[in-house]
Amino acid sequence: MSIKIENISKQFGTFTALGNVTLSIPSGELVALLGPSGSGKTTLLRIIAGLETPDSGKILFNGEDTTCSHVRERSVGFVFQHYALFKHMTVFDNVAFGLSVRPKSTRPSKAEIRDKVNDLLRLVQLESMGNRYPAQLSGGQRQRIALARALAVEPQVLLLDEPFGALDAQVRAELRRWLRKLHDEIHVTSVFVTHDQEEALEVADRIVVMNKGKIEQAGTPDQVYEHPANPFVLNFLGNVNLFHGRLSQPGSGLHAADGADDNAVSYVRSHDIEIDRNQQDATSLRAEITYIQKLGPAVRVTLAIDGNTGYVEAELTRDVFQNLGLKQGESVFVRPRQVRVFVEDYQI
Amino acid sequence: MQNNSNATITDRAQTEPAFVRRALVTIALIFLALFLLLPLAAVFSQAFEKGLVVYLEALKEPDTLSSIKLTLITAAVTVPLNLFFGVTAAWAIAKFTFPGKNLLITLIDLPFSVSPVISGLIYVLIFGLQGWIGPWLQDHDIRIVFAVPGIILATIFVTFPFVARELIPLMEAQGKEEEEAALVLGATGLQTFFRVTLPNIKWGIIYGVILCNARAMGEFGAVSVVSGHIRGMTNTVPLHVEILYNEYNYTAAFAVASLLAFLALITLMIKTFAEWKVRQQLENN
Repeated sequence: MSIKIENISKQFGTFTALGNVTLSIPSGELVALLGPSGSGKTTLLRIIAGLETPDSGKILFNGEDTTCSHVRERSVGFVFQHYALFKHMTVFDNVAFGLSVRPKSTRPSKAEIRDKVNDLLRLVQLESMGNRYPAQLSGGQRQRIALARALAVEPQVLLLDEPFGALDAQVRAELRRWLRKLHDEIHVTSVFVTHDQEEALEVADRIVVMNKGKIEQAGTPDQVYEHPANPFVLNFLGNVNLFHGRLSQPGSGLHAADGADDNAVSYVRSHDIEIDRNQQDATSLRAEITYIQKLGPAVRVTLAIDGNTGYVEAELTRDVFQNLGLKQGESVFVRPRQVRVFVEDYQI
Repeated sequence: MQNNSNATITDRAQTEPAFVRRALVTIALIFLALFLLLPLAAVFSQAFEKGLVVYLEALKEPDTLSSIKLTLITAAVTVPLNLFFGVTAAWAIAKFTFPGKNLLITLIDLPFSVSPVISGLIYVLIFGLQGWIGPWLQDHDIRIVFAVPGIILATIFVTFPFVARELIPLMEAQGKEEEEAALVLGATGLQTFFRVTLPNIKWGIIYGVILCNARAMGEFGAVSVVSGHIRGMTNTVPLHVEILYNEYNYTAAFAVASLLAFLALITLMIKTFAEWKVRQQLENN
C-alpha cells in the first residue's frame, strides 16, 4: 500500500512538530525517517498510524483519504520503542490479541488463531517462547514479539518507532539485519523512525532526513550520502569538518577565511582527509597533531591547521595509522580528498 | 534479584551507625505500642470483660443489628459508585489531556481537606427543611436528611477520593503505550479497558476499594450531622457505639466497637497485600 503525506502540520502548544510536510512512500518500500530528537519524525509516524491528529493536511493510503478514519480501521501495524507488550499476557496471547479482539463475524476460529500465532512465532524465531511472559524475555526477544504481534493482523503498513533504540549495540545490529531480511520476504510497506544514520543507511530502501519539523532530503541511501542536498544532511550522515571559505578541489589550495567568498563553507568528511608526511600538492595543508583517539578498527586524529583557528578531525583505518606511525605533537600535511561547498547563509 | 543485592551493598556503605538505627526503631515501636496497640487491646479487653456470652448478647440486640444492616447498605451503595467514579476520573486524568484537568485533580482531593462535619452540613443546607430544595422535597414526600439517602450521600462525598487517588499515579506511571498498541491492533475502547487496562490496575483498584470501604463503614462526623440519630432507623455502627457509650453501656459499646476494630485489622491485611502487588506491577513496567 502506498502512503501519501500531503502538507501535514502539527503544533504542540507553541512548538511546531511538523511544518507543512509532504512525502510520498511507494508501495512495498522500507523507508527510514532519520533525524535528531525533536525533528518531528515520531510525530509524523504517529500521524500516519492515526495515534495523533494533524492540525492540517492529508494522509492518503493507496490514494484514499484516511486522515479522519479511526486507528482501528487503518490496518497498520505499529511497533513501539519500548515494545508496549501486554505484561499480564503470555507471548502467545500477545501475538493473538489482534485476532481475538475482532468481532465474531470476522474472527478466525481458535484453531486458526493458534496456527497463525505459531507461524508468526516461527517467523520471529521464538517458537518455544509462547508460554512465557514478556518479563521473562530479553529486550531483543521482546521487540521481535512486538513485531510478530503487529504482523498478526496482516497490516497494509508497518510502522516502527525507534524499534532498536532500547537495545544494546550487538543485538541492535543483528535485529536490523533480520528486519531487512524479513522485509525482503513479506514486502509490506514499512516506515521506521531512527536517529541512527548507520541504521538508516544499512536497512532502508529510502531515507527521509528530517530536521525541525521539515524534510531536508528524501532519497536512496546512496543519494543522500553521496549527494547531500544541504549541510544539515551532510553533517547528520557522518562526521564532517567545515572550513570557512572555498576549499577547492585538488589544485587550488585552501584560502581559509580570505574573504574571497564570504558565504562559502567547505565540508570534508573526516574519512576523506588524508594525512601525509610530505606535501603532495597545493591542496596539502600543514597541520599539527593535537590528539589521537583509537576507536576499535578506526583511529581518529585531531589536527590543528597552521594559520587556522579551528580543529580538523581525520579518520584513518588502523593499518594506515600504523604505517604512518603518527604521534601526538607531530607536524604533518593534510589533504582533503573530496570537498563539498555550500554557498548560503545556512547554519548548522 | 540483582538489584536487591546491589541495594544492600550501597545500604551498608551509606547507613547510620547501629545504635542510631536501633534507637530510631525503638522510638517508633514504643510510639506505635502506646498510641495504636494499647487502645486496640483496650477495645477487645473491654468488649470481652464480661465473657463471650455477654459480648454476643450485646451484638444480638435489635438496635445493634439494625445499625450493622444500615452500615452494610451504606457501604454496598457507596463503594461501587465510588469505584465507578474513581476509575472513570483516573482514566480521564491519566490517559487524556483536557482543559480543567488540574481543577479536577484538586476537586478530587477536596473531601480530604474539608472537615467531615462540614461535609455533612453541606447536605443539611441543600436538602434540609431550611435548605434550598428542602421545602420542595417535603411537598413531594421525599426524605433525604435524617434518613438513609442523606447518610449515603454524605458517605459518598467523604469517601470518593480513595479509588481515584490510588489509581491516578499508578495509571500515569504505566503510560498509555499498551492502550495505544491495543487500539492499533483493532480493539474497541471497551475491549482495551477490560483486556489491557483493568488487569494492569487490578491491585490498585482493590487497594482503593478496601480503603474506601473501611472509611465508608467507619465514617462518623459527616454521617452524624445528617443522620438525626434515630435508633433502629438512622444509626450506623459508629453512631451506635457513641450512643451506647453515652448511656454508660460500656460492654455493649466496646463489643460493637470491636467489630470496627476487626474490620480495621482485616483492611490492614488486605491493604498490605495489595500494596505489595501494586509495587510488583510497577516494577514490571
